[in-house]
Amino acid sequence: MAIAGGRDGWTRALLAAIAMGIGVPALLTAAAVPAALDPRQNRVDPRRPASLGDIPAAANTLLIGQQFEAAFRDQTVYAVLVRPEGPDAPLPPGVARLPQPGEVVVSPALRDLLASKDADLFAPRLGGARVIGTIGPAGLTGPRELAYYLGSDQLQPGQAERVTAIGSTNTVEFSPVLALLIVVISVVLLLPIAVLIGTAVRFGGERRDRRLAALRLVGADQRMTRRVAAGEALGTALLSLVAGVLFFLLGRQVVPLFTLWDISLYARDLRPNPLLAGTVALAVPVLAVTVTMVSMRGVVIEPLGVTRRAGTTRRRLWWRLILPVLGLAVLYPLFGDIRSSTVDNRYQIAAGAILLLFGAVALLPWVIDLVVRRIRGGAVPWQLAIRRLQQDSATSARMVNGVAVAVAGTIGLQMLFAGVEGDFRTDTGADPSRADVMVQSSGVDGRELPVRLRAVPGVTAVSSILGTTAANADQPHRFTFVFVADCAALAEALVLERCTDGDVFVSKPGSGTHGESYVAAPGDRLLLGTDKQLAWTVPAGTREVPSRRDPGGFNRDMGLFVTPGAVDVSRFGPLEAWMSLRTDPGDRDALERVRNAAATVDQRALVYRLSRTDEANRFVNVRRGLYIGAVVTLLLVGASLLVGLMEHLRERRRLLAILVAMGTRRGTLLWSVVWQTVVPVVLGLVLAVGFGLALGAVLLRLVTVPITVNWAVVGLSVALAAAVMALVTLLSLPPLWRLTRPDGLRTE
Amino acid sequence: MAELLVADGLNKAFGPTPALDGASISIDAGEIVAVMGPSGSGKSTLLHCLAGIVRPDSGQVRYEGREVTAMPDRERSALRRRQFGFVFQFGQLVPELTCLENVALPLRMERVRRRAAEQRAMEWLERLEVTDVAGKRPGEVSGGQGQRVAVARALVTNPRVIFADEPTGALDSLNGERVMRLLTQSARESHAAVVLVTHEARVASYSDREVVVRDGRVRDLTGARRG
Amino acid sequence: MVYTPWCTVLGMSIGQTFLGLLESSPRHGYDLKRAYDERFGRTRPLPYGQVYATLSRLLKSGLVEVDSVEPGEGPERKRYAITEAGVTDVDRWLSQAEKPEPYLQSVLYTKVVLALLTDRPAADLLDTQTAEHLRLMRELTRRKDGGDLAEQLICDHALFHLEADLRWLELTAARLDELAREVRSHG
Ligand SMILES: Nc1ncnc2c1ncn2[C@@H]1O[C@H](COP(=O)(O)OP(=O)(O)OP(=O)(O)O)[C@@H](O)[C@H]1O
Ligand SMILES: [Mg+2]
Repeated sequence: MAIAGGRDGWTRALLAAIAMGIGVPALLTAAAVPAALDPRQNRVDPRRPASLGDIPAAANTLLIGQQFEAAFRDQTVYAVLVRPEGPDAPLPPGVARLPQPGEVVVSPALRDLLASKDADLFAPRLGGARVIGTIGPAGLTGPRELAYYLGSDQLQPGQAERVTAIGSTNTVEFSPVLALLIVVISVVLLLPIAVLIGTAVRFGGERRDRRLAALRLVGADQRMTRRVAAGEALGTALLSLVAGVLFFLLGRQVVPLFTLWDISLYARDLRPNPLLAGTVALAVPVLAVTVTMVSMRGVVIEPLGVTRRAGTTRRRLWWRLILPVLGLAVLYPLFGDIRSSTVDNRYQIAAGAILLLFGAVALLPWVIDLVVRRIRGGAVPWQLAIRRLQQDSATSARMVNGVAVAVAGTIGLQMLFAGVEGDFRTDTGADPSRADVMVQSSGVDGRELPVRLRAVPGVTAVSSILGTTAANADQPHRFTFVFVADCAALAEALVLERCTDGDVFVSKPGSGTHGESYVAAPGDRLLLGTDKQLAWTVPAGTREVPSRRDPGGFNRDMGLFVTPGAVDVSRFGPLEAWMSLRTDPGDRDALERVRNAAATVDQRALVYRLSRTDEANRFVNVRRGLYIGAVVTLLLVGASLLVGLMEHLRERRRLLAILVAMGTRRGTLLWSVVWQTVVPVVLGLVLAVGFGLALGAVLLRLVTVPITVNWAVVGLSVALAAAVMALVTLLSLPPLWRLTRPDGLRTE
Repeated sequence: MAELLVADGLNKAFGPTPALDGASISIDAGEIVAVMGPSGSGKSTLLHCLAGIVRPDSGQVRYEGREVTAMPDRERSALRRRQFGFVFQFGQLVPELTCLENVALPLRMERVRRRAAEQRAMEWLERLEVTDVAGKRPGEVSGGQGQRVAVARALVTNPRVIFADEPTGALDSLNGERVMRLLTQSARESHAAVVLVTHEARVASYSDREVVVRDGRVRDLTGARRG
Repeated sequence: MVYTPWCTVLGMSIGQTFLGLLESSPRHGYDLKRAYDERFGRTRPLPYGQVYATLSRLLKSGLVEVDSVEPGEGPERKRYAITEAGVTDVDRWLSQAEKPEPYLQSVLYTKVVLALLTDRPAADLLDTQTAEHLRLMRELTRRKDGGDLAEQLICDHALFHLEADLRWLELTAARLDELAREVRSHG
């Protein structure tokens, strides 16, 4: 019965199936997100060494050290040095054979990079090691991840872990604020999709009503038409579900081809949570039938036509306000700090947010009605659009509901994010204006490094401080730091009034901080060098100066600072080196060359770009998820809007063809379509901004953060939505052109 | 009288089937010509070609000596807007606009101010005896009233040619006659030529002259074959 | 040939029409003709000869009688009145359905078949006939436009009949080949 609607029935079923086919995968993907993120964490864990503490080297031990801060351009690199200490050393996941010194195992993405023209920007870090294999999916977080295991003979027990097995579980707990964020994100992302499916169910409604009228003509009663409609909706929903699942499965195959903000996933990672997937499978048909029944309530189908009751009733405001007010009421008891709350209030938050956001959906037709009713006159396209809206504001409202909810949600969420950012962000103390790249090296002689770095193209300045520890010759258990640098470099770490080569300075911690710490004084005899063989007396002219943060945020507030003229550095033995670099901002590969140069001298050198703040990884991931979700949601909503618009145009195909035959300028028709979309969209966005700010304010009250509005974020969300709408309008042009061809004059 | 609109050797095929196969016709100023013929013979296609809606595959259409077939789309559009009027079988009124606004639409597209356009539209509604539906939307009026509104809209710009494709096709005979009477009467009064496509002899009998389209060719019934 | 179908229809019932006219009041022959022409005879006035021929037929069959004779010369001095039998006849005529005339053996059909048999262009024949029908219809339509309701109804009647003929012409034209085969195979 559902499909027995002839050609029209099929078209309608197909349109709805396509629309839902977009919505269902979105829901399934959303259902897969918690699971998808979890395997990410879990699969990072299996390759993390299972630390056993101090154990002796044996046939089954492996020295393994991760190279922190390794990266290539914007992409993180999972870089690991390994040194098997016997034949039975454990294998990292996805690695078939452990690399010996001079050998390396790389991920497929890295192998591709090494084969590309950018190879020179990376290869030196591997020290010319031979690639002996690739890392399998078991050892990677995603197909596009850059990773390598490099065999090393430099690796020392102090710099790496000695393990007999690799793989350890590591549970991560969500903080209440993070939980709040995830709940709100889910609501914000899923609500537009629910709205979208609700809209899709109504596609072809007018035509269906006309068809049902024909059924009444051959003797069906009201009840029967209702049953038929429900059957159709159910059939369509099931069809769409199948289409949606297929889309999802197909889409899943494409996912591995993309890396978004450092996240790449395997197809198998997108495995929906069975419970959630089941809910989706059940909810879609139920929603479809419910929406159909509700939409038919305002319609009387008579044998000779369809009468719409809804059109004549004036829209009332009061019940439309119930939803948001109810939402506020649900959230109000939570005002105060949920950080300190111990009960699980996720569902309360979700319910409140949903009610609040649905308020926008409920109010939109009313607002459109209110505004449009008053408009009169204007140019022809404007008149056509406004009359259309006056006639049927509900349809247009439905078209932009999704956009409104998405934008409102995003704004509210962004405000929450801005509010709690502080919870997740730590101040690094670094000052990127003084230097933008930091290189740290220890273990090998650091004196060669600054020289090499200065020679790197794109590096404009290098300021280097070398350091070691020294023991007091008279009290061997008392140690102090000794830093060696020229006056210019010392000025980065100390507040110097004057400095000439040969000077020696000392810095002391602020009172009370380090109490008992040893600070060398003039006349003290110190022992320096690897074996503390070099004796050196702190000269009498040593001046005490205050310390300050170096560009990397490191404050050396306790130690001796020696200019090269005061001591023969070459006798010091291995030194640690801190180098702050300035690079040419126009040369985006300068950092890569620095990494190469540093790795050539010291495989373990730490190279990183300086930034003022450092954000907790999970928080960053969640926010990335939001960005992806918001963009995807808007695109989905846009797609559904396009389908709706297309259907509208298709339904008026004959009229459009006739208008063109009459000599109507295509521009006139185009503009009428544009206005017809733009007016509801603008109203929807205004409403969305209002509700978004309200939601944001409420959410901020939940975490007791002062309410501030980030207008840039509001502007961005609105601009994004506007861009999607513009895209939709643009995409509807070719069909509009096609539909206005004379073919449309022929009666169907 | 001078030849106003001339078509010469029109060919038009949709896929393998030729809809027009060397059709020729000539229409004088102010003349009412009925185009008859069996279903699928190419009447509508001929009308679309004559009105510059469809470009024939070959052959020429000349309006006042200007070659319509060679005009770019914009120009043909403007020609249709200013010199031609159209009445179709149904579904030509914009459902959201009132009947009055529908009639005023062609004027408004020519940038006539709303008030003036609606005033002239009202005059035409009067002439077509449908003033009572001026404020109603097309969905609320009868088929006959709707067609009369459409005729008013076709005539409101004082076109030189009215193209009517089965204008009474969806009406009963009484209403059909009324529409035809008003259409021909108004056209004669404003000296507009009418190309009237119909397969009903009674509708065609409102014309000055009939031609028959058969297998994509136009014939005069007087024995002399034109195309 | 000029084809005037309405004459046949009206001509067959002049007698009953006279009876109907006489039923309202007795009339002279001259009055009868005038009344008839006014109401029914627009296209062709009734010839005097036919008036008296009909009246004498009605007189003979006892449907009318001579009501009075005015002084003077000629038959036109007689006033006629309807008899009981006449009223009954009018009753019967009005209450009886007209026998539909199927024109199975119309002249046109004969012409077409003959044209086919003699290999003359039957299509041209049909076209010529169609053109003539259309011409007449156009004329009627024009007349209808200026006329009052009675005139319009009469014209419409004729128009519908002509239209029916036209349909037949159209259909025959479309099936001419078929017909030709059949005619030839029988011949
Ligand atoms: N856009 C089109 N695409 C394909 N075929 C077409 C198209 N327009 C017309 N035709 C074909 O061309 C032929 C003539 O069509 P046309 O509409 O001109 O006939 P018509 O005489 O107007 O018929 P009717 O009286 O049924 O309206 C038909 O065979 C039709 O199928
Ligand atoms: Mg047609």
